[in-house]
Amino acid sequence: MGEYLTLFIGAVVVNNFVLTKFLGLCIFFGISKNLSASVGMGMAVTSVMTMSSILAWIVYFFVLEPLGLTFLTTIVFVVLTASFVQLLELVIKKQAPALYNMWGIYLLLIATNCIVLAVPLLNVESNYSLLKSIVFAIGSGLGFAVAIILMASLREKLVYANVPKPLQGIGIAFILAGMLSLAFLGFAGML
Amino acid sequence: MKEHWQIFSKGLIAENPIFILALSLCPALAVTTTVINGLTMGLTVTFVITTNNVVVSIVRKWVNPKVRVPVYITSIATIVTVAQLVLQAYFPVLYKAMGIYLALVVVFAIILARAEVFASKNGVWKSFLDGFGMGCGFTLAMLTIAVIRELFGAGTILGVPVFGEGYEPMLMMILPPGAFILIGYLVAACKTWNAKQEEKARLAELKAGKEA
Repeated sequence: MGEYLTLFIGAVVVNNFVLTKFLGLCIFFGISKNLSASVGMGMAVTSVMTMSSILAWIVYFFVLEPLGLTFLTTIVFVVLTASFVQLLELVIKKQAPALYNMWGIYLLLIATNCIVLAVPLLNVESNYSLLKSIVFAIGSGLGFAVAIILMASLREKLVYANVPKPLQGIGIAFILAGMLSLAFLGFAGML
Repeated sequence: MKEHWQIFSKGLIAENPIFILALSLCPALAVTTTVINGLTMGLTVTFVITTNNVVVSIVRKWVNPKVRVPVYITSIATIVTVAQLVLQAYFPVLYKAMGIYLALVVVFAIILARAEVFASKNGVWKSFLDGFGMGCGFTLAMLTIAVIRELFGAGTILGVPVFGEGYEPMLMMILPPGAFILIGYLVAACKTWNAKQEEKARLAELKAGKEA
């Protein structure tokens, strides 16, 4: 039990995917202008990542490894996650239109995104069991959600700040992310 | 000739993938802790983007527009796998240092963007130049960031000490926050430079208008 807790906390705060591993930066900077969109994105990433991790784990340990095709991992995982997200989009559109209206747009954005690809790759690289993979994926997704929600709240305050002209827009966003990352470094001693 | 030079050179500064287009930032921050890592990533991306542009421009007439994105992604993934295997075989230390980010070259927005915007509409030679130019711009940006980070963060360049014994390394530059803050200022610098150039061009135009 303790082992899983360590893995989970590690993924959420200590090794936060956005702030210490620089993954998912495109959506992180793109979406964090708006708080409610950030919440939606955080949820969408967490659920997609968890499901694609399970799928990728099964494919890797039941197909690629027994057949000795592990050198194809990159290609297979990219195609797998991209097509899985497209499929999910179709299913949600058909079965739960309300949900689709809320989160559908984010699904398209994450179809080929580094964070969604990175988690399944890290799972098989570290030889995690299926349960561990799931815990790691949920933790990573929540870590992403925490980071993007914090960032969006900060950027909403930024509207009232007097930012020097060259730094306006993406420049100040990076510096803010730097400060956030500095704060998250404080968690490093926790585990 | 001039047109070809333009296709190549726009990636260097005017449309620099990192500083101006702000695409593919993950590797720019993650592997630029040392110059050699930054250079390896830069060259790998140059190889992938150039090869992919050539492949896409060759097959562009046979690919149904409806399935073009999956086709491009599969092509990129294949080329990345080649690069991965080569690095693993001949430069195992660098391969280890790149870690997960090497596989993630597959989803770099800049590579797919060049295939979609340029290579799917232009001939082989032009697409080659475009990809090579963008790759060089990317490498240039990676080197700029890596040199600054290694210089201040460890006091060395390519492992050679620069500041002498008494230098106390600025650890933050190697750590993640330093990367974020540095990129923030570099983007601001690039913006200022571009704005100045535009101002200059505008003034020159006004002057020419007056003389006429």
